[in-house]
Order: sequence, then C-alpha cells, then structure tokens
Amino acid sequence: MSSIIIIFVSILVLFMLGATIVAWVTKDLLVAVLSSGTISLIASILYLILQAPDVAITEAAIGAGLTTGIFVYVLKKTERFEK
Amino acid sequence: MIKKVLIILLFVLLGLSLYSVVKYNTFGEDKTVVARHYIDYGMKETGSQNIVTAVVVLYRGFDTLGEVTVLFLAATALGALLHGLRFKSKEKEPSSLIVSTAARYIFPLIILFGTYVFVHGHLTPGGGFPGGVIIASAFLLLFLAYTQKEVSEKTLSLTEGTAGILYVITGLLGLVMLNSFLANFLPKGIPGKLLSAGIIPLIYILIGFKVGAEMTGVLRNLKEEEK
Amino acid sequence: MNGGAMFYGAAIALIIGGIMIAATKRNLIKIIIGLNIMETGVNLLLITTGYISGGTAPIMNKTWTKVVDPIPQALVLTAIVIGVAVTAMALSIVVRIYEKNNSLDIRKIKEMRW
Repeated sequence: MSSIIIIFVSILVLFMLGATIVAWVTKDLLVAVLSSGTISLIASILYLILQAPDVAITEAAIGAGLTTGIFVYVLKKTERFEK
Repeated sequence: MIKKVLIILLFVLLGLSLYSVVKYNTFGEDKTVVARHYIDYGMKETGSQNIVTAVVVLYRGFDTLGEVTVLFLAATALGALLHGLRFKSKEKEPSSLIVSTAARYIFPLIILFGTYVFVHGHLTPGGGFPGGVIIASAFLLLFLAYTQKEVSEKTLSLTEGTAGILYVITGLLGLVMLNSFLANFLPKGIPGKLLSAGIIPLIYILIGFKVGAEMTGVLRNLKEEEK
Repeated sequence: MNGGAMFYGAAIALIIGGIMIAATKRNLIKIIIGLNIMETGVNLLLITTGYISGGTAPIMNKTWTKVVDPIPQALVLTAIVIGVAVTAMALSIVVRIYEKNNSLDIRKIKEMRW
C-alpha cells in the first residue's frame, strides 16, 4: 500500500481509539451512543480501503443509522445520565 | 482477589488466540484456495457479476435462510416484550417547520434509493439487507418529523409474513424441479442485464421487503408511549 | 511499517476496548455499547485477513486478474445483521428491567443473585 494511504489510515485509527476512550470515560449516555456510531462510520471507511464495497454499504446503513436510532429511543424511555 | 486473577487469565487467553490469528495470516498474501473456484467460474455458473452476491444467495443460500430466521425471531421477541407497557406520557412538542417540510420531499427519494439498491443486487454492490434498512431509515425520518403519525401494524405484519413464506416456497420449487433445495431454476441470461442471474433478483426483492417491514415494526414498537 | 500493522492493531484494540467496557462498567446501557464496539472489531479482523495486495473488489464487470477474497465478505455480511438483531433484543430486555426496578444499576437486580 502506498505511504499516503498508510498515513490516512493512521489518522483514522487514532480517531477510532479516541472515540473508544470517550465511550469509556463519559457519564452522559448520549455522548457514548454517538461515539459508538462514529466507530461504525470509521470502520465503514476502512472496509472501503480494504476493497469490500458490499460490507461498507451494509455497515454504514446498519451501524451508523439503525443502531443509533434504536439506542436514542431506548434512552428516551430510561435515564440519560449514569449516576 | 480471585476475580482479578480470572480477569488477567481471560486477557492472556484472548491475547494468545488473537496473536495466532495475526501470525498465520500475513497481510496481503495470496491465500485463496476455496475461493479460486468461485472467482474463476462464478460468473459462468450463476450469471451474476457480483461474486459476493452469488456466494450469499446461491452457493451458501441455506445460511441466508437461517439469518432471515434469526432476524425474524429477534423482531418478534422485541414486539412481544414491549407489548403492554405503562409509561407516563411526556408532552410532545411538534417538530420545527424546516424538518417537517424537508421530510415530505426527501421521504420518497430515500425509498427510491433503497429500492434501487436491492433490485440491482447482482450488478452493483449492495443487496437485499442494506436496501431494506435504508427503507426503514426513511420511516424513521417520518416518525421524527411528524410525531403523531401512525403506521398500521397489520400492513407491516402482512408484508413481512408473505415475503417470508414466498422465500420458502421458492426453495421448495427448486426442490421440485431440480432435486435440490434453493436450486437455480430460472434461466441465467446474459450477465450485465437487469433480468439475469436466475433466482437472485427474486430472492433479494423478497429479502428487501421483509427486512424493511421488520425494522419499521421494531422502530414503531419502540416509539409508542402508552397503550 | 506496512499497512497490515495498522489494520490488525485497530481491530485488536477495538476488541480489547469493547470487552473492558463490558466487564467493568455498572450501567446496563454502557455494557451493551461495549458489546457493540467489540462486534465491530471482530468484523474488521475478519475482513483484514482476506485482503490481497494489488487486488480489486470482487465485481466482474471487466475481466480482472487479481481479485480480493470474497468469502470473508459473505460471512461478515451475515454477522453484521445478526449483531443488530442481538442488540435490539437486549435493549428491549433493558427497558423491561428499568420498568420494574426503576434503576439501570446492575448490582440492584436482586433476582439473579445466588
């Protein structure tokens, strides 16, 4: 793989690790749900770099669209802040 | 004390198994043994240009039937668990003018895009599962923009059940005509045209309808406030 | 370093991070978020083992000579859909538990003590 793609992938992987740490530390559950959606979106870009377009479309539609919607509806029925 | 020892033991085992996965699969090396037959003869035997679609629907069609069953069980269990809840209904304010006007124009375009994705499953990447989820996202937009809108439960269950039964009937027709469950009994055609590749467009249209109706039912069950 | 270390490192970090969130947190919804992150990591690991250098996507509209392995992609397509089904069902159980106990703390579920 050419070196400019490796630099691009390194920046994306650093964002992904940062989102995991944010999902661990925060006490606001809405921020944790949105960081889980960010991880799914960056994984979809990585699937496209690994030449897998079927899996990229499926992960983008399901991970960043439907799972975040279901989590937000459940947060509305329960509590938003972790005590 | 013993809980910490068990946690450290779990992480050591996990590290060993992941290290063996990484060590014997060097990145970028040509190791296709089973997939050589699918890549070389896939388009000639099935007639579809998308080899992942041919593997999912024709070479491994029974696993896709199992996946559709698991999705159906999860959606039914969610509907049965959330059936008779009593919540205090919080007051709902109507959404703003921009959201409700834009949703009215964007909603048919999203449904058109979802239909395009699952009808062209054998020519372009995509297929039945993301097409159905895109249609469910269109209904999510409608639920967010118009909070008083109701979608009738009878229409959704009827669509989902009919699509599931027609999938099994297509498999049984393959059993009757060619002595093998889910065999390819429609003509193969010329690769690259819309009506080609045997039963792949038919099965993906049925899966698209089924997954779309199922996910809309899941969102509708989570949305309701009082029964 | 070549690109393989980046992809394998990202997948292993997501798996370990997801299991740590699911094992050490007390809130029920945060445990389910940790499981979701771990499943994303496992799918990324599976597709990384199927990459071939210099290959293109497995769609034969022209006759390509070197094509990426299509079998891990078919497996991961099924795994993503089953992941969302398990997450949706787990969240419905969480809603029922909240309605009974009025709290999302995992130490207050008294029926599961032995």
